[in-house]
Amino acid sequence: MFITKILRDDLGGKIFLSLLAAVIVLVPLFNLLVPASSLFHLPTYTVTLFGKYLSYALLALAVDLVWGYCGILTLGHGAFFALGGYAMSMYLMRQIGGRGVYGNPVLPDFMVFLDWKELPWYWHGFDEFWFAMIMVVLVPGLLAYIFGWLAFRSRVTGVYLSIITQAMTYALLLAFFRNEMGFGGNNGLTDFKDILGFNLQSDSVRVIIFMISAFALAAGYLACRFVVSSKLGRVVIALRDTESRTRFIGYKVELFKLWIFVFSAVMAGIAGALYVPQVGIINPGEFSPLNSIELVIWVAVGGRCTLYGAVVGAVLVNFGKSFFTAALPEVWLFALGALFILVTLFLPYGLVGLLRRKRRAV
Amino acid sequence: MALLTKARDLMRRDKAFEFSVPEPVHDSALDTTHGPILYLEDISVSFDGFRALNKLNLYIDDGELRCIIGANGAGKTTMMDVITGKTKPDTGAVFFGQKIDLLKLDEPAIAQAGICRKFQKPTVFEQLPVFNNLELAMRTDKRVWSTLFAQLTGEQNDFIHETLETIGLKELIYQEAGSLSHGQKQWLEIGMLLMQQPKVLLVDEPVAGMTHQETERTAELLLALEGKHSVVVVEHDMEFVRSIARKVTVLHEGSVLAEGSMNEVQNNARVIEVYLGG
Repeated sequence: MFITKILRDDLGGKIFLSLLAAVIVLVPLFNLLVPASSLFHLPTYTVTLFGKYLSYALLALAVDLVWGYCGILTLGHGAFFALGGYAMSMYLMRQIGGRGVYGNPVLPDFMVFLDWKELPWYWHGFDEFWFAMIMVVLVPGLLAYIFGWLAFRSRVTGVYLSIITQAMTYALLLAFFRNEMGFGGNNGLTDFKDILGFNLQSDSVRVIIFMISAFALAAGYLACRFVVSSKLGRVVIALRDTESRTRFIGYKVELFKLWIFVFSAVMAGIAGALYVPQVGIINPGEFSPLNSIELVIWVAVGGRCTLYGAVVGAVLVNFGKSFFTAALPEVWLFALGALFILVTLFLPYGLVGLLRRKRRAV
Repeated sequence: MALLTKARDLMRRDKAFEFSVPEPVHDSALDTTHGPILYLEDISVSFDGFRALNKLNLYIDDGELRCIIGANGAGKTTMMDVITGKTKPDTGAVFFGQKIDLLKLDEPAIAQAGICRKFQKPTVFEQLPVFNNLELAMRTDKRVWSTLFAQLTGEQNDFIHETLETIGLKELIYQEAGSLSHGQKQWLEIGMLLMQQPKVLLVDEPVAGMTHQETERTAELLLALEGKHSVVVVEHDMEFVRSIARKVTVLHEGSVLAEGSMNEVQNNARVIEVYLGG
């Protein structure tokens, strides 16, 4: 079968997907079927929290593809994630309809507050779910295409490219902070009520969104694995290591980079769209350069250029973050920085690399 | 008015009539009916005032093995950069066959057209096995989407094995290229060029840093290519050049100083003057 063919030489992937399958089956079981009084009951809060981790994991996969395999150190992937998230929230905002604080059937609350009389043109269409879903893919993809086309064509590489990706997400951050942009300014978009007519606060909807996130992560993993084990994947590794050689044997290097970059941006956008209904809010903070840098740390901690390492890193670091920011909030950023330094110094292949080396030694 | 210019043009006798020069065609097939496969005419390149190439004229025949020698800074590598599209010359024309204007193409397009280049420092894909190095280099559709869905056919597989045989790396087929010795990397890179089924191979210092045996094997390898491909070898090692060369071109300060067989060149008064300080 197609999936077994993709995973032929990928032990880590097999383990990861089996775990994911177990999670997809067990989580609804322990949440919905086990009574709330039982010790084994999984609270919905935890389900949603893990759902958030899964959407982060999908984002980390996107970063690993671009950074680990293609060698483009992107410090702006949070922007694509946030754009996907905004597209999703615009749909969720329109779903609120007349139930907002001001009760305006068309305008979201913040527009009424700003005394706007009609919906801006770019908000049209977002009352339809399918339209919003297309935008989730199209907007990050298009931005990545334009940005990548300009950057790769002018042969911007290395640290300069990292800086301009950072500048891109920072520019978007500033733009989205403005109320005139029509995306809720610094408050962002929130107060979502339902999705496709289902109440977002209900347990079963939350579990279903969790399962969709898990499926999306599995699909994203398989798609990435397919790409990196194809000939295109090998070309991308080749151009990461020796770009000029790749060019001189006849590959248009810019177009290969662009393809990977756009593919990855689309994945990041989808991750953002899954993140928003679980977290219940999006604001321009998602565009902050710090977020994008954190992404890179997840991948570095988990182990780059393995795909499953990115997932491990995203889940573990975020788990640590949830724990630390609750227990010792002032230490978290120091812990994150220390983690990055330690991993760079002692674990060049990340946590996954540690296991691998052990296996080899055995 | 156009007629007037044309009539005036007809009166001139110092150059070919403008309108009689055929328009270069870019996508056309390679045409070598007149002999040469590469035409470099009146090429000048300067970097910050330094003239790397100075009105260089060079013709390479179809199927010929040509050695190019010259001191450091004579313009050998710059000449290769111009042919492969890395450097655009300030003046002059570079034609591949009679119809393909190389100055209009970028590096990948020139490689696809059939001009391949081996770098001075062996450059292979270190993280990939030998087999995949050759696979990536293979002449095939190299656009993005077709690369994503590419499957190796039996024929292509055979071709890779054939090339492995030629370059003598058959036993190392699944070894990572990064773990090869210096000489093996050089051969692998030559193999990668062969996979592209090029018309012209540009080989920059193929035996630099090689042992004596390795040098001999490389000479055999290059001689075996003669006839099927045009091969241009840039080399410092005179012993090696003597062992393979039919025709030698000496570059000096960005233009051709002498051209001919090794003996002719070595007895050329100007070459002796430049090289041995007269």
